[in-house]
Amino acid sequence: MRIVVLGVGNILLSDEGLGVRAIERLPLACALPPTVELIDGGTSGMEMLEELEGLDALIIVDAVRAGRAAGTPIRLAGDAVPVFFKTRLSPHQVGLCDVLATLELLGRAPKHTAILGLQPQSLALGMELSREVEAGMPELLRMMINELLMLGIGASPATIEAR
Amino acid sequence: MSQRVTIDPVTRIEGHLRVDVEVDAGKVRKAWASGQMWRGVENILIGRDPRDAWAITQRICGVCTTVHALASVRAVENALQLELPVNAQYIRNMIILAHAVHDHIVHFYHLSALDWVDVTSALKADPAKAASLAESLSSWSGNSKAEFTKVKERLAGFVGSGQLGIFTNGYWGHPAMKLPPEVNLIAVVHYLQALEVQRHANKVVSILGGKTPHIQNLAVGGVCNALAIDSQSVLTVERLLAVRGWIDQLADFVKNVYLIDVAVVGGFYPEWTTIGRGIVDYISVPDIPLDGRNTQFALPGGHIAGGDLATFKEIKTHDDAYFRDGVTESVKHSWYEGGKGPLHPYKGETRPQYTDFQEDGKYSWLKSPTFYEKPMQVGPLPRVLAMVAAGHQPTIDYATHALDLVSTVAKTKVGLDALHSTIGRHAARAVACAVEVDELARQWDLLLASMAKGDLKTFNKPVFPKGEISGVGIHEAPRGVLSHWIVINDGKIKNYQCVVPTTWNAAPRNDKDEPGAYEACLAGTPVAIPEQPLEVLRTVHSFDPCLACAVHVVDQEKQPVVKVKAA
Repeated sequence: MRIVVLGVGNILLSDEGLGVRAIERLPLACALPPTVELIDGGTSGMEMLEELEGLDALIIVDAVRAGRAAGTPIRLAGDAVPVFFKTRLSPHQVGLCDVLATLELLGRAPKHTAILGLQPQSLALGMELSREVEAGMPELLRMMINELLMLGIGASPATIEAR
Repeated sequence: MSQRVTIDPVTRIEGHLRVDVEVDAGKVRKAWASGQMWRGVENILIGRDPRDAWAITQRICGVCTTVHALASVRAVENALQLELPVNAQYIRNMIILAHAVHDHIVHFYHLSALDWVDVTSALKADPAKAASLAESLSSWSGNSKAEFTKVKERLAGFVGSGQLGIFTNGYWGHPAMKLPPEVNLIAVVHYLQALEVQRHANKVVSILGGKTPHIQNLAVGGVCNALAIDSQSVLTVERLLAVRGWIDQLADFVKNVYLIDVAVVGGFYPEWTTIGRGIVDYISVPDIPLDGRNTQFALPGGHIAGGDLATFKEIKTHDDAYFRDGVTESVKHSWYEGGKGPLHPYKGETRPQYTDFQEDGKYSWLKSPTFYEKPMQVGPLPRVLAMVAAGHQPTIDYATHALDLVSTVAKTKVGLDALHSTIGRHAARAVACAVEVDELARQWDLLLASMAKGDLKTFNKPVFPKGEISGVGIHEAPRGVLSHWIVINDGKIKNYQCVVPTTWNAAPRNDKDEPGAYEACLAGTPVAIPEQPLEVLRTVHSFDPCLACAVHVVDQEKQPVVKVKAA
């Protein structure tokens, strides 16, 4: 069993980087087994090919533009995943989209893909998240833990004290 | 009747290029390159600790994270006049060379080969003929008839399923596609093999850099890799031996596949050696330092005027005033407050002033850099020409080898002059890649030799003085000259400017209204079908722009008539 939780986004563009921020925060909220790998993908593309091939599950965490109120949690799975890429709900999917298409070509695409995210408020220059997205972050982390639970991966809570 | 073709951005990372061309009588008459996003990262850095800058600057570009990290630490080290342990240089050199090799392979096969290679035509190829052609050109082990047959069947299944996936947006059957089916099949086979090989380069970066895509091991003053002969937790000889294995596999592919493929493709497109010449004033910088003070380098660099190698003037060190004093940036046609004329990066200002896209006024978020007031072309072509002019023998040998092969395929003598072109930029990139992969192996040798002598030092602690200091970090990145300019006051960043390769090449017109490299190189490019501006993409892609593009063609009233996404 190999599962990757991939945070994507540009942390210099405020809420654009919420996926990366979620990846940074998840290990502070729970302990994960070694079958789960957390990757800060930034805005890169083909460099990630190797780490994303032959996965049992890929959970992408990203800013998702779904026309909802800022900070609204969004989960896309099944048929909604290709739609996410086709309609460019995320700004930096060119690289990632190419990687996933290449994995299809190689016959090594993830068996299961889900996209978790929040509606962004601001994509302005800056390294802080907006207030609305910051307020949505705990829910996003819960969704990530739930997604792993659905895959049969239990995350033991709170290692914050231990750190 | 003239038509307007717009190539618009899709990515939100460094640059977001949009290119507008005016097509008249089947040729590009005028072109405008426009950066569509304000890259204001400089302003984020002001007031911060200079030691943290590299971790932030490596996020400004999604494609080349490593190069910005490196240029940033070099800028701070230059300001401090800090000497580095040579081991730190060797480790950094290996990271940047592996990154460059990765970048070049992926650029050619996965980002631009499909401008020249018709995937659907490969289905008509005879695998036996393709294999015997490939075997006649190189000793690569992956050129067997069995391999070619297997790939053709796999491709047929993929195309037959109706889901072209990654090949969806190709210009299949376009009249500008000229390769025979067998050569197309060879290219498709190597496209797939390149996907396997590129991961070796990535592994080198991730073992040495601690992590990929964002390396973790840099520090102002060196690297934080602890070296050891035998300990488990650090960079050991055992891990370095694994690195060497990947380097050797990369070298095999680069020399026996990539360099050959580029020469063969070039031989079938001889007309493209005369298209896309544009600006032939070139600049590159020396890199792969061999000492702790950036004064001796494995790979030379410098300036060439008017495409004439006899004019070559070498940039000797990273402190050379010839480079440092020659760079200025104009904002006359850029969406920034101006009025002060071109400014040196230490004095550079980044105050946005957005107007609309104004052909004769401001139309880009990119500034327009010049070297002694002239626009330049940067990248592997300027790099290779400078190394040839400097008498760098490995570069001369690989360039000669590639051009001889082009001549054989084209059945006419093709010389160095053919490199000043769209296809020439691809050839130069492959030559540079061969030089770089050899140098990667040599840096490995140097590190091991240094460790064998008992030198395990990788870091010198920086000390920040009171008062104001400034420095420039320069790097010959895969796409060309990169420079980060920093002003530090009392240990905090006071000003920061990045002058990146794509800014040199995709620059808008400068203070004297002269076009930038893309703009100049596009003039005269033929366009057979304005709705499918493949030829424009060929020239833009030959520079390896840091971006993907969506293409739309706009009629004279500037209404979109077609919109095509192109990788």
